[in-house]
Amino acid sequence: MTLILFFEQLLNGIQFGTMLFLMSSGLTLIFGVMGLINLAHGSFYMIGAFSAALIAALTESFWLALLASLAGAAIAGVLIEIIIIRRLYRRDHLDQVLATFALILLLSEGVRWCFGAFPLYLNIPNILNGTVPIFDNIIYSKYRLFIIFMGFLIALGLYILITKTRLGIRIRAGQNDRQMISALGVDISKLYTIVFAIGASLAGLAGAMIGAIQSVEVGMGEPILILAFVVIVIGGIGSIKGALVGSILVGVTDTIGRIFLPELLKVFMEPSNATSVGSSIGSMLIYILMALILIIKPSGLFGKS
Amino acid sequence: MIIEKFFNKWIMFFLILIPTFGVIFDEPYFITLATKVVILGIAGIGLNLALGYCGLISLGHAAFFGIGGYITGILSFHALNDEMLFSWPVVVSGSSEMLIIWPIAILVSALFSFIIGLLSLRTSGVYFIMITLAFAQMLYFFSISWPNYGGEDGLSIYMRNSFPMLNTMDPISFYIISLFWLLFSIFISLRLINSPFGMSFQAIKQNEERVKSVGIETFKVKLLVFVISGTITGLAGSLYTDLNRFVSPTVLDWHTSGEIMVFVILGGMARLYGPLVGAAFFIALEQTLGSYTENWQFWLGLILILVILYARSGILGLFDKKLKHEK
Repeated sequence: MTLILFFEQLLNGIQFGTMLFLMSSGLTLIFGVMGLINLAHGSFYMIGAFSAALIAALTESFWLALLASLAGAAIAGVLIEIIIIRRLYRRDHLDQVLATFALILLLSEGVRWCFGAFPLYLNIPNILNGTVPIFDNIIYSKYRLFIIFMGFLIALGLYILITKTRLGIRIRAGQNDRQMISALGVDISKLYTIVFAIGASLAGLAGAMIGAIQSVEVGMGEPILILAFVVIVIGGIGSIKGALVGSILVGVTDTIGRIFLPELLKVFMEPSNATSVGSSIGSMLIYILMALILIIKPSGLFGKS
Repeated sequence: MIIEKFFNKWIMFFLILIPTFGVIFDEPYFITLATKVVILGIAGIGLNLALGYCGLISLGHAAFFGIGGYITGILSFHALNDEMLFSWPVVVSGSSEMLIIWPIAILVSALFSFIIGLLSLRTSGVYFIMITLAFAQMLYFFSISWPNYGGEDGLSIYMRNSFPMLNTMDPISFYIISLFWLLFSIFISLRLINSPFGMSFQAIKQNEERVKSVGIETFKVKLLVFVISGTITGLAGSLYTDLNRFVSPTVLDWHTSGEIMVFVILGGMARLYGPLVGAAFFIALEQTLGSYTENWQFWLGLILILVILYARSGILGLFDKKLKHEK
């Protein structure tokens, strides 16, 4: 029984991790190429979810809604990059933090203005409803498996994009030396806009996919944004490989810790205490993990020191 | 600097004028608002030491604000229910005396800033920003999931804690208490900034390597600034709980860290009275915009972006420049 539960939670952890990867890969790419700390990344997650909910309500197609989340977040990303973010690349980290914090207020309230304060819902298509058996006696939600599949597909896509395409070469060159590639005739401001839009659309897709399990509401991006920060700090800022490893690590630790820590503590203390202590520590577990990793490696697992 | 001092006198004048106005026209709401400005100003003055003077971009000062707040709430909660706080190894009971609560709040905030500082200051730059943020989030989630003190719903303390000879429920008395702490924290900051220690932490902001090269252990200096900064913010948190007679996980939320940072930037970084002006501006904005539209934060965001893009030296900086031109 516990083994089945453990396996199921492990899959939940991986599913959570793949979504974190969609968030954190964009975040780390934007930091790596443009040197920008983007606190407003969670807003694209929200914008993606709202675009999906809007299109789903109009067309009743989940697949169009997923496309809309990519497109909506990408369009918002391009506009915001051109109007505001572009002016921040040369500024210090403090200005970036504040401006993007202000951007969160602006975008959250803007969305609340347009869509109202009530949460919207996004339905899972019939084909992904229900469960599938994985091994003999383990059944698992189809939709969550779909999310894991999408997550790995996008990780693979990003890998190909970065290592095999011309755009990828430019992005890597941008990470190494910004001045040099603009001197070599690459239109750097266009490249920045593209990278920002890629990051935003990945976040938007994550928002739409999670929005179908939870609800689509204002401020939904903030908890996951902070987790994405934890991920890239653990993985090393600027490293996509680090983002992948960090995402799975954080996703699994968080999910497993919340479920099994109270159980584990019941061995040592009374059940009622164990539940409250266990769930409190369980919610802090990833931060403890982060602190431990930073004590050993201050620049993250794959970071350049 | 002389011009700034001139302004500071005006600020002090307003700090006395506004509550006097409140008393004369019997508008206790004004006094409460002014108290809120003063308390948030103290929190900002705390952060300003680390952020403005030493260049430590902490996005986690909500942690200290919240710890001060929760310590006050918890002590007072136990005093109210007449329960022991813990009975082992020594018996400790709650208290509703500000004179007992303050030292405890100060000590605990200092302890937490020491631990968080010790770990976070191993890193720098972006990592530092994100780690301080993450530590504050850790405490935030802890406060939500720990059921004993209200969890997500927060903790009400019904009565303000007491202070000898004063009725703290009287708005003007509590204002005077807060004002005292404001002046005290400004005084401490002023003394620190002009001390040799202050010179070294301000130099760290300019160029840490150089400070190291003259033989100063910059890690210790930064840690000490961080602890003092966190402690002052913690004290503000303690007062804030008393002001609202309520404390909830919201004080530990990262929006609180962001807002304290906004006070510092709006007013003008590394200016003694900057955070106070920033807090006043913020509250004034909340009150005026909030009365016109529910979505006042939209306009706040817009104003902030404009300030950051075009008026980096904050409100005091704006006046400073203007006066220089006129001369």
